[in-house]
Amino acid sequence: MSCSLLGGCGPQGNREIKNLKTYSTAAERFEGAHVLCPGCAHSIIVREILNATNDNLVVGASTGCLEVCTAIYPHTSWDCSWIHIGFENGSTAIAGAEAANKALRRKGRISADTPEPKFVAFGGDGSTYDIGFQWISGCCDRGHNMMYVCLDNEVYANTGGQASGSTPIGASATTAPAGSDSYGMKQNKKDMLSIMASNGASYVAQVAPNKWKDMVKKIQKGFNTDGFVYINAMSACTTEWKFPMHQTIEVSDLATDSLVFPLYEIINGRELNITYRPKNIVPVRDYLGAQPRFKHLFKPEYEYLLEEWQKRVDAQWVYLQKREEARV
Amino acid sequence: MAQNKKIMELNEVEVWDGNYANASALRQAGVDVISAYPITPSTGTVEGYASFHANGYIDGEVVIVESEHAAMSGCVGAAAAGARVATATASQGLALMIEVLYQASGMRMPIVLCLVNRALAAPLNVNGDHSDLYLTSQSGWISLDACNPQEAYDLTLCAFKIAEHKDVRLPVISNQDGFMTSHTAQNVRPLSDEVAGKFVGDYLEVNSLLNFDHPVTHGVQTESDWHMEHKAKQNDAMMKSASVIEEVFAEFEQISGRKYNMIETYKTQDADVIIVALGTTYESAHIAADNMREQGIKAGVMMPRVFRPTQIEKIANALKDAKAVVCMDRSAPGGQLGQLFQDISSALINTPARPIMSNVIYGLGGRDMTVIELEDIYKKAAKDVENGKLSGSIQEWVGVRGPELKYYNVEGN
Repeated sequence: MSCSLLGGCGPQGNREIKNLKTYSTAAERFEGAHVLCPGCAHSIIVREILNATNDNLVVGASTGCLEVCTAIYPHTSWDCSWIHIGFENGSTAIAGAEAANKALRRKGRISADTPEPKFVAFGGDGSTYDIGFQWISGCCDRGHNMMYVCLDNEVYANTGGQASGSTPIGASATTAPAGSDSYGMKQNKKDMLSIMASNGASYVAQVAPNKWKDMVKKIQKGFNTDGFVYINAMSACTTEWKFPMHQTIEVSDLATDSLVFPLYEIINGRELNITYRPKNIVPVRDYLGAQPRFKHLFKPEYEYLLEEWQKRVDAQWVYLQKREEARV
Repeated sequence: MAQNKKIMELNEVEVWDGNYANASALRQAGVDVISAYPITPSTGTVEGYASFHANGYIDGEVVIVESEHAAMSGCVGAAAAGARVATATASQGLALMIEVLYQASGMRMPIVLCLVNRALAAPLNVNGDHSDLYLTSQSGWISLDACNPQEAYDLTLCAFKIAEHKDVRLPVISNQDGFMTSHTAQNVRPLSDEVAGKFVGDYLEVNSLLNFDHPVTHGVQTESDWHMEHKAKQNDAMMKSASVIEEVFAEFEQISGRKYNMIETYKTQDADVIIVALGTTYESAHIAADNMREQGIKAGVMMPRVFRPTQIEKIANALKDAKAVVCMDRSAPGGQLGQLFQDISSALINTPARPIMSNVIYGLGGRDMTVIELEDIYKKAAKDVENGKLSGSIQEWVGVRGPELKYYNVEGN
């Protein structure tokens, strides 16, 4: 396999990101030419992740918004190696490529002086919490040297807003709609970060596009970690959360500052570090109130759900702080 | 040349079952990545290969995944990354990975799948029939069929050369019968590692994910504007693969002395009655045909060695002078005529003198098909020839308890 001066053998390693200007001047491997909704957080997150490294990249995507909006023949938004197979197996596609890399290096078909690439698989929350759960767990069990990123917009957005395993309690989704007799989704989302930390992931972190410095740090840490890395990226969805498209970052700020999406990392399943502590913690109802998918919760009969939401978030914040302190 | 660093010295004649024959072929092909999940009766293929790996005979990666769907998904990812890739499965495992079979062929990944044919549940059954083989029939995979461990070994080696040929670039299935072949130790004459490695050759890498000089997007979406062109090109490659398969078989004959044909025939030249069957039944029918010939019935046997792409012209040519053709389907047909019957009768639909066609459903879930039963099938077909027409129904179930099961009586229509 060749490695020309123009191609894959450029400067490798972490990319130095001092400020937002660095992003705007960086060479893009995820091009702007895609058909994601205006205001979609997916594109912001993917750019931030890809821009965190200069290393060669093998990127995978599960079927979902990111995939259908960036690789519509004869176009592609990806100026890097990229693969999509199906809905549930984006993780395993990348695991296969990672295994191939090991085999071809051992056999000398890829020369030892070719820099090691990074392997990244993106999937939506449907691909992650639901249909692809087993595949991700298998990749993690086997310790493939790869990063799995869940673009968590808490809904099957690509197909019009059906409820997923990540859709939170009280959200109205097309398969769990709010109506005269229902407040929408009945169960709460599972804790993928704890699950993946317990599954043996070397590094687990929650990130959000509005806290880009925090994200870059974690992504670079993840890329520099051996073994399986799981990143849960909060991705505010203008279309299905139903906020105006110019408010993506504002809604993301509410998500992180209300601690509905706390930002933290877990190293080797044990060492939990909270990486962002809001100066002013925003009430959960402010976060919910910014999104019409929750508007029915503001009827008097559902006041108790708002109170439960707040209690749940408070309890989780206490739990995270205790775990951070306990180091277990 | 495809060869692992550590050579295994083999005897001129080894006693291998079909699974070990597969594992040996995979080892000699110098596979880069095996991504697999065990399932009876194909487990032995994976176990054999894993033991080679554990003893230093494999330079590639062995990835034992958590399901068959993941096994084939890993294969696609590894193949896209420029690796020679294979896996093995059977039955429910095949059914679970069927989604990815279509993705693999549509993405033009030259993966080799050792399929050890087994019944599909329910009822749960671990024994051999062709339900899983038939399930692949429209998946876009080239499909080769073996009757014994020797053929399984040979065809698995050939599969790589066919799949990876630049004009083909399609995945290939190497079939063998569960237990009857996979677990029956027989004499196998293997090639040396060197000869086998030279035959399979170096892997021709196309659009690798690991070639960072030329980034490639694999697995795009195409809607109504381009989807049909993609499927047409894929199918065209499948149709044109026949000449490559013939070339590969010819080259294999040169190094092994063993000749494989697109369709295999036994005494069909002058035969009045011909049984068409896949796998071990093809071999059993040789004995029945010989016995029939002793009794004055000109009997013959045919097997599509290449199940897909269907060899319509060759089948028509081999069967056009027969007076009766019985297609033996080892799979519950699901309310239709058997798959092999459909393939074979469609080959004969426009031949001038069409033979009397009938369909036998047999051997489900490993039920034995005896030579005596095969002889009865020949005798009935010979009687039909005598009467000049099919007596009774097109489809008949044999070897099953209870009342006679006959369907599709078109007599008098």
